[in-house]
Amino acid sequence: MSRLTPPVGPRDHVQGDPTAPIELVEYGDFECPFCGRAYFVVKALQQALGDSLRFVFRNFPLGTMHPHAVRAAQAAEAAALQDSFWKMHDVLFENQTDLEDEDLVEYATEIGLDPPRFQRDLDSPEVAEKVRADFLSGARSGVNGTPTFFVNGERYDGSWELDVLLPRLRALLDAQPELPFD
Amino acid sequence: MALEPGRQAPDFSLQAAVDGRIEERPATLRGYRGRVLVLAFYPADWSPVCSDQLPVYNELLGEFRGLGAELAGLSVDGVWSHRAFGLERRLHYPLLADFEPKGEIARAYGVYRAKDGFSERALFVIDGAGKVFWSYVSPLDVNPGADGILEALGQLQARNR
Repeated sequence: MSRLTPPVGPRDHVQGDPTAPIELVEYGDFECPFCGRAYFVVKALQQALGDSLRFVFRNFPLGTMHPHAVRAAQAAEAAALQDSFWKMHDVLFENQTDLEDEDLVEYATEIGLDPPRFQRDLDSPEVAEKVRADFLSGARSGVNGTPTFFVNGERYDGSWELDVLLPRLRALLDAQPELPFD
Repeated sequence: MALEPGRQAPDFSLQAAVDGRIEERPATLRGYRGRVLVLAFYPADWSPVCSDQLPVYNELLGEFRGLGAELAGLSVDGVWSHRAFGLERRLHYPLLADFEPKGEIARAYGVYRAKDGFSERALFVIDGAGKVFWSYVSPLDVNPGADGILEALGQLQARNR
């Protein structure tokens, strides 16, 4: 139980060195305040660990509790189709209380997307399917709330506060065998 | 020890709240005969928001039903707490009150924490004939998620074909 399924693959949004020894996957909800906090923790982790960390985000909108969450996830996936997933991801987490449709279109324009294309993609079945697929993969992986983190494919059940997670990841790094120089 | 697969699940008759209503008639295991029941025991209503397992199950009701299963939550809270909690979290499945005698059903299922006065975080998948098909007790501070449930439901479906 609680193994990342499927493993990180070509449909995923990955930040950082693809060969980094630590893979951190977050299943998140753009309207969830805990994920809003975790957003800053992840940024700090990326700063601290540099090339040693690759970060992956998958959507896990709790749509019933958070009425804008599914739509926001769709906005991120629509932005992805114009190679701007991470820009939209950041804008959404920095504007969690403003996630109405007009806001989403405004953000798209701000980050340089083509608005009619964004709107079409936002409403498309493909984007809806990607969000749903992320959600179901989360359910099957043992996601138990938001945010849920997976470190190198295993669900991480500890605190994700920086002062706990960073030392944990550093310790994991120290335990890794030396990688061959290539 | 949680009841193991193969054991007959004990019947219960508990007050239930769902969608902001207190049900007129108590929820019973007999009432679920012929359908698969996922029973989620949890320690208490009102634990921290989105890090709680119950809203996750809420989002998966369609998946559970697609696999032929219904879901019910159980804790020692009273039915008025359940009503308010379910309403606030917009849960669309019944919450059952294992309230009086306190923890009686949790005890019958082997998942009552007598020292604490509440149940374990325990999951049961009960088949249409009332037998436990799968059970799992999660450490109290670890929300188990839905992967075990989904796997068990898949296996049960395959068995019944």
